[in-house]
Amino acid sequence: MTAYLLRRLGQSLLLLWIVSMIGFAVLHLAPGGPLAQFTLTPGMTQADLARIAHQMGLDRPLPLQYWEWLRHMLAGDWGRSYRDNQPVLTVIGGHLPATLELMVSSTLLAVVLGTWVGVLGALRQRSLFDYLATVGAMVALSIPTFWFGLVVIYAFSVKLDWLPVGGMYTIGNGSFADYVHHLIAPAMVLALVTVAIWSRYMRSSMLEVSSQDYVRTAVAKGLPRRVVILRHALRNALLPMITLAGLQLPTLLGGALVTETVFTWPGMGRLYLDSIGYRDYPVIMGLLMFTALLVLLGNLGADLLYAIYDPRIRLD
Amino acid sequence: MTPASASTELPLPSREGAGGAGPQVGGSPPVAARRAGRGVRRFIRHRLALIGFATIVVLALAAALGPYLDPFNDLHIDILHRFAPPFSGPHLLGTDQLGRDMLARLEMAGRVSLTVGCAAMVLSTITGTVIGVLAGYYGGAVGAALMRFVDAMLCFPSIFLLLALAAFVQPSLLSITVIIAATGWMEVARLVEAQIRSLRDRDFAVAALALGAPDRTIMFRELIPNAVAPIVVASTLNVARAILLESYISFLGYGIQPPVPSWGNMLNNAQEYLTTAPWLAILPGAAITLAVTGFNFLGDGLRDALDPRLDVR
Amino acid sequence: MTEPVLQVSDLAVRFNTDAGPVPAVNGVSFTLARGETLAMVGESGSGKSVTSLAIMRLTPPPPASTVHGRVVLRGNDGTSRELLALPEAAMREMRGSRIAMIFQEPMTSLNPVLPIGEQVAEPIRYHRNAGRAAALAEAERLLERVGIPEPRKRLASYPHQLSGGMRQRAMVAIALACDPDVLIADEPTTALDVTVQAQILELLKSLQERTGMAMLFITHNLGVVAEIADRVMVMYAGRVVEQAPLRRLFGAPLMPYTRGLLQSVPTLAARHEVLAAIPGNVPDPSNLPAGCAFTPRCPHAQPHICDAALPALDAAEAEHLVRCARWRELAA
Repeated sequence: MTAYLLRRLGQSLLLLWIVSMIGFAVLHLAPGGPLAQFTLTPGMTQADLARIAHQMGLDRPLPLQYWEWLRHMLAGDWGRSYRDNQPVLTVIGGHLPATLELMVSSTLLAVVLGTWVGVLGALRQRSLFDYLATVGAMVALSIPTFWFGLVVIYAFSVKLDWLPVGGMYTIGNGSFADYVHHLIAPAMVLALVTVAIWSRYMRSSMLEVSSQDYVRTAVAKGLPRRVVILRHALRNALLPMITLAGLQLPTLLGGALVTETVFTWPGMGRLYLDSIGYRDYPVIMGLLMFTALLVLLGNLGADLLYAIYDPRIRLD
Repeated sequence: MTPASASTELPLPSREGAGGAGPQVGGSPPVAARRAGRGVRRFIRHRLALIGFATIVVLALAAALGPYLDPFNDLHIDILHRFAPPFSGPHLLGTDQLGRDMLARLEMAGRVSLTVGCAAMVLSTITGTVIGVLAGYYGGAVGAALMRFVDAMLCFPSIFLLLALAAFVQPSLLSITVIIAATGWMEVARLVEAQIRSLRDRDFAVAALALGAPDRTIMFRELIPNAVAPIVVASTLNVARAILLESYISFLGYGIQPPVPSWGNMLNNAQEYLTTAPWLAILPGAAITLAVTGFNFLGDGLRDALDPRLDVR
Repeated sequence: MTEPVLQVSDLAVRFNTDAGPVPAVNGVSFTLARGETLAMVGESGSGKSVTSLAIMRLTPPPPASTVHGRVVLRGNDGTSRELLALPEAAMREMRGSRIAMIFQEPMTSLNPVLPIGEQVAEPIRYHRNAGRAAALAEAERLLERVGIPEPRKRLASYPHQLSGGMRQRAMVAIALACDPDVLIADEPTTALDVTVQAQILELLKSLQERTGMAMLFITHNLGVVAEIADRVMVMYAGRVVEQAPLRRLFGAPLMPYTRGLLQSVPTLAARHEVLAAIPGNVPDPSNLPAGCAFTPRCPHAQPHICDAALPALDAAEAEHLVRCARWRELAA
C-alpha cells in the first residue's frame, strides 16, 4: 500500500507543479497583466506604473517571476485582495466552509440516490424503470444547473413557498434548522448532475460485477438474495466508484459555483464571481489555484480510500 | 456544467453487462444470448439517437429560417405589450421585459448558441486531435509530458477557468468560442492519444514505417483515419458541452454580451422576473436543454453504433 | 438396494438466443448413489457444465434459458425433493447445504474483498442460523479439515494472499460447510498445477470417504477420471453417449467417441507415434446434424445408418449404456 500511495503522491506533486505553471500563465494573460488594476486608477502616470511594476518585480525575466510567485505561494503568501486588502488565503478560508458544506451534503444525497437507482437498474435490467432511469440520467446531464435552480426556486419558493429563495440564513434566525432549510434547495440542485453520472456508472459497475465468478459462487452457496447483492456484488461494484468520485470533483466545484450564484449561497463560487466583477486579480488567481489544489487533494484522498478499501492493495 | 456525458476516462471495463442475468447469474449462456440483450438495447439507443438528431435538425432549422417566417422581429421593442405570457396573444411564446417577441429572440439566440457550440467543438476537436496524435505517436517523454499537461489542465474546473479567461478578454463571439474551445480539448486529446497509442504498434502502421513513410504521413494517412470513430463521438458530445458552457458564462454575464442574444444571456435577467414572468426563464432554458439533450442522445447512439467497446453503461 | 442420492431424468436445457433456441443439453439421465463418484467427461461444449448448472438451477432464468426434466435429491434424512420444481426460496435452502458446487477457477470464484474465514462461514451462518463467532469457529475447523495450515490465521486472509491450491481447498471447505449430500465439482483441478491437482483429488477422495457424500465430477482429463471415478458418463453434443463403471469404460469402450478420447491421451509407451487426435471439431449445438451427432468425425460412420436417426441409449450390459447405432458390430 505504501508503494502505491507514494507513487500517487509523486504523480500529484508533478501535476501540482504543472498546475502552478498553468496558473502563472493565466495570470499573465490578463490584459496589462497583474498591473491591470492599477491602470484603471485615475491619475496614474507611466512613471507610477513603472515604479509599481518594479516593486512587483514585473520587470524581471519571466522564469524568475514565476519562481518568486511560486515561493510566495508555497510560503502561504497568496497576495492580498484588492478590495479589502485582506490576505487572499484568509478570504478564501472564510468562504470555504460554506462551499464544502454544500458540496458534501449534495454529494451524500447524490451518492445515496444514485447508488439506489443504479443498483436497481442493474437488477432490473431492461425493465421500464431501467429505461426511464437511463434516459432520465441523460436528460439530467443536459439540463443547465442554473436553469434547474431557477425552476426549483420557482416551484418550491415562489409557487409552493416551501423553501426560501436563497441565502444561508433568514435574517434574525441563525438556528441549525434554518440553515438546513436553506441548504435543501441548493444541495438538491447541485446533486442533479452527480446523481445522473453516479447512477449510470453504478449500474454499469453492478452489471460488470454480477457476471463475475464469485457472485456465482455466492448464489451457489444458497445465500439470501439480499446478501448476494449487498455483500458480494455491491461491495465490489463500489470500488471503481471511489475513483469516479475523485474524478467528479472539478465538475462538482463548477456546479457549486453556479448553484451558489443562483441561490446566493455565500461560498467560494460566489466569491469568485464577485472577484471577477471587481477584477480582484489576487483573489481570482488564488481561487483558481485553490480549486485546482482541492481537485488534486480530493483525488489523492480518493486513492487513499481505494487503497484502504481494496484488500488487494491494502495488504501487499 | 458537465462533461457533456460521462466521459471515458474512468478505468471501468465498459461493458453492457452479460446476458439477461443480474446477480442471479446463470452458467455460461452462449455469446448469442448476450448479443440478444445488446441488440434490444441498441435499437432503443438508436431510437433515442434518432430523436436526438431530429431535435437538433428542428432546432437548427428554426434558428436558421425561423426569423424569416416570424411575424415579429426579435429587435422590435414594444413596451406596451411587454411581459405577455405565452399563448395569450399574437406573440406565440410571449414577450420579454422590453416587449420583444420571445419566439423570435429564441430563434436568433439559437443561431448564436448553436454556432458557438459547433465552432468551439471544431476548434477543440482539432486541438485535441493534434495533441493526442503527437502524444500517442511519439510516446516516451514527449507523450508523457503532453498527457501530464492534459491531466493538469483537467484539474481546473472548466467554469472557473472559463470565467477567468472571459474576464481577461474582450467578450466577442470569437473570443468566447476560443476560450470555450480552450477548456474542452482535453477529453478529445485523451481519447485520441489512447487510440493512437494502441494503433501505433499494429501491423499496418509498422508496415508503413518499414516502408520509410515519414512520421507525418503515418499519422495522417494511417492512424487518424482509424481513430475517427471515437473522435466523432467525442465531438458530438463536445457540442453539447460547449452549448452548456456558453449558456453558463452568458448567464453569469461574462459570455455573449447583449444586444447579441444567446440562450444563456436571455436568462441573465430572468431571475429578477421569476415571480412575475417565469416564462422568461423557462423558455430559454428549455431550448438549451433540448439542444444539449439532442446532441447527447446523438453522441451516445453514435458511440454505440461506431464502437460498442467505448460504451460506458 | 439403497435409493440413489441424486436421480436425473431427461434433463434438457435450451438457451433462447436471438439467433434462435440452442439446445445445450438433451435427454440426459443418470443416477448417483451415496458415496459414489460419477465422472462426467467430454470436450468443451459437450454440455457437461450446463448439466451441472441446471441441476443447481444456476442457469439464467427464463426466458434466457429453459430447463426441463426431473432432478430428485434424496437427503440423508429420508426426504426427497424434486429440485426443478421447487420455488426459488426452497432451492436456495438446498444450495450450499444439501447440494454444493465447486468451480474451475478458484481465484475468481472467491470474493476478493472478503476474508476467507467470512466466506467459509457464510453457508453456516445462513443455512444453520449460526452466529458469526460460532460460524467462524466452525470455519476454522473446516479449513483445517481441508488441509490448510495455520487455519486460525488464515481466517483473516484474503483470496489474493493464498496460492491456487489453497484457494481451491478453501472452495472445498465452503462446499462442505453444511455436509452436503451431493458435491458437484466442475473441473476443479483444471486450473491447478499437476502436483496440486493430485493433492486436491486426494483431499476430495478422503473427504468423501469420511462423509459418504456423492460426487459428480466434471472433467475433460481422463487421467483425473482414472484417479477418482467409480462410474463414468461420456457426453457429446449435449447427450450422454456412453455410461459405464470405470474399469469397463477404460477397458472396453463401446462408443467410437469414447475410444477416440482414450486413444488421444498420449502415453509414454507410444512415444514415436503421431498423436491420435479426433479429427474435426465439436459440433455447434444450434446446428446439430441429423442422427448421431458424432457422425462427421467418426471413423466408423456409415451413411444411412448413423445419420438417419438419433441412436437410442442401449444397455450393452447391466451397468453399461451406449448410444451408437453400430456398437454391436464394432464390439465384435
